Amino acid sequence: MTTEAIMDQNLDLSEDPATSEAPPQVDNLDALESEAIHIFREVAGEFDRPVILFSGGKDSTVLLHLALKAFRPAPVPFPLLHVDTGHNFEEVLRFRDELVSRHDLRLVVARVQDWIDDGRLTERPDGTRNPLQTQPLLEAIEQNRFDAVFGGGRRDEERARAKERVFSLRDSFGQWDPRRQRPELWNLYNGKHRAGEHMRVFPLSNWTELDVWRYIQREKIELASLYYAHRREVFERDGMWLTSGPWGGPREGEEVVEKTVRYRTVGDGSCTGAVESEAYTVDDVIAEVAASHLTERGATRADDRMSEAAMEDRKREGYF
Amino acid sequence: MTDDTETLTRFAPDSGTEVALPVHTDLLRLATAGSVDDGKSTLVGRLLHDTKSVLADQLDAVHRASADRGLSTPDLSLLVDGLRAEREQGITIDVAYRYFATAKRTFVLADTPGHVQYTRNTVTGASTAQLAVLLVDARKGVLEQTRRHAAVLALLGVPRLVLAVNKIDMVDFDESVHAGIAAEFTEHARALGYADEHVVTVPVSALHGDNVVERSERTPWYTGPSLLEHLETVPVAPDPHDVPFRMPVQYVIRPRTTEYPDYRGYAGQVAAGVVSEGDEVVVLPAGIRSRVAKVDTPDGQVPSAAAGRSVTVLLEDDVDVARGDVIVAAENQPRVTDEFDATLCWLAEKPLTPRARLLVKHGTRTVQAMATELTTRFDEQELSGVDSPEQLELNEIGRVRLRTSESLPVDEYADSRRTGSFIVLDPSDGSTLAAGLVGVPLAPLAASVNH
Repeated sequence: MTTEAIMDQNLDLSEDPATSEAPPQVDNLDALESEAIHIFREVAGEFDRPVILFSGGKDSTVLLHLALKAFRPAPVPFPLLHVDTGHNFEEVLRFRDELVSRHDLRLVVARVQDWIDDGRLTERPDGTRNPLQTQPLLEAIEQNRFDAVFGGGRRDEERARAKERVFSLRDSFGQWDPRRQRPELWNLYNGKHRAGEHMRVFPLSNWTELDVWRYIQREKIELASLYYAHRREVFERDGMWLTSGPWGGPREGEEVVEKTVRYRTVGDGSCTGAVESEAYTVDDVIAEVAASHLTERGATRADDRMSEAAMEDRKREGYF
Repeated sequence: MTDDTETLTRFAPDSGTEVALPVHTDLLRLATAGSVDDGKSTLVGRLLHDTKSVLADQLDAVHRASADRGLSTPDLSLLVDGLRAEREQGITIDVAYRYFATAKRTFVLADTPGHVQYTRNTVTGASTAQLAVLLVDARKGVLEQTRRHAAVLALLGVPRLVLAVNKIDMVDFDESVHAGIAAEFTEHARALGYADEHVVTVPVSALHGDNVVERSERTPWYTGPSLLEHLETVPVAPDPHDVPFRMPVQYVIRPRTTEYPDYRGYAGQVAAGVVSEGDEVVVLPAGIRSRVAKVDTPDGQVPSAAAGRSVTVLLEDDVDVARGDVIVAAENQPRVTDEFDATLCWLAEKPLTPRARLLVKHGTRTVQAMATELTTRFDEQELSGVDSPEQLELNEIGRVRLRTSESLPVDEYADSRRTGSFIVLDPSDGSTLAAGLVGVPLAPLAASVNH
């Protein structure tokens, strides 16, 4: 048999897909949605006690929307977990609680404040509590025996995240070891883990910020109001517009002004900045994101500016 | 080298830029592969940068980090080398995924490093790729590693290859250098079974941007598209739709609510073909026959759904179906067997020895397995086989005889990438040991197997 004849039998690389009858072109959002739903269902099939990390922010709201779609018309078979820094935006907490009651979900809350109150954690000099979330998160996972934890992390957010798997194994200390990751092949996810280990699962891995917003637009997903332009009293620090809250207010020399702003990410109030924006609707936001010259984390998150490897270091310790 | 800063400034997004919003675009999944120091991270950085996928703060960070390292020009590879160890050692360790979009297309790029564990990383990146970009250094030409990479890409069934001949500026944009490399590579790809029109060679300078996004005036002899132009216009191989329907069942949806007291749907992602209401289907491995009553999706019922779509299938008969089963077209069924030949790409430090206990995950079913025989180890360089090796080591590819504790419905990998693939796991710690392909999907390797 000639090589070509064997080739025809074995692997037809010569077929030109352009000339064969093509199925209707699907939007890349359809592909991303199907992929995310597939991931949710794999976890439901392979794990005993999954949980969705849910803050009420944009990515976790999209995550919940996809989970609802994955199991429809049955309810979502997992509870939600919020690691509450105590530095919350009121409207986000309200939105969180409203979604939980609307969909009749169970919410587990791990509070950083409790850890500070009883001395297990110490407030950092800069008042930022994002890095303090790791231990309460790991304890909540251990106490509730969660074996799979869904997060809204995307690979386009940050360089260390770009190297993380969809199914990311954490050891019994919750740590991520980037050099010992399992190869991830086709869409065959490996959910095997030993007692004490757990899996972090990222259904939005292949989405970009713009994909998330286009999906919010297409699916008419309701978000916490602060993602859209509103008037707010802010002060400037390190090139970001911060707002006063339980985490403190302006230092001496930092002038409070009222501006029309919106948030691109929502995290600990002490280190999440607003951006000046006139984007009042999802269409406005999409236009703004597409034209933006800054990444969402770069624009609004002090915690990622600390060092070249800030995110990698936090992830290694067990952070998302 | 000194004009690189100027190039960066020129391409830096300015505030008045009109941005074309990708409203309805298709998706190209591609992988990159290359050898040490051929400038792959720089090429990927250049693609991201010149498609304005790099934003100002990321670029600032690269400028700062480059200055910290005492470099006079920004090192674009710092955009992609994300881990501390990578930046410290100036190498890429792990597969990284990159996203960029133009007005024409959205791209998911699996950036696979060339030097350490090249098979492991290339196999991972190539498993889902519709196209691969291979890099060579124009001064060095086609290396042993280039040939290996191409063989692995062909084995994994990546439909199209692009050879980027990088550092073309370092050979004074010499046409004959490019022509020689192109001819040698095309011949190798042909031996691997690639039709000539599925292999494209582009002379580029990742450092200076020649032919990456814009066609370069410095290669007047080159009349083809720039790398990005090619990526934007190359036909995307759709998921197979003219092949028989296959869907591994992931989860059984049973709401048991007052609104849906009797709903029983089988949730899964269509792996191959199309499923339509009324289709006659068989549930494997049990072989139960039924008919599709309804194809449900999160957005409601649809008449039919094609490969790639996550759906919920409801059957007419009240049959016993569970996670791990595969629903297939009745008229064209896969082989159901507990013993089959397969090609393994061994990805673990611990070698494979005959009769070792393994787990195989195929579709949504995980079963115990044993490699009863190591038939052949393939030399991807010479495209020949070594018979009856004692073991299969990290990064080696070989043919084995597999026996499984339960029957699996398997297709040949050459016929169906989704239902002809499986992963091999270690029963002791759950780690992933190998990528498995049913049959021997690469012609020259198949030919080298003794009959």
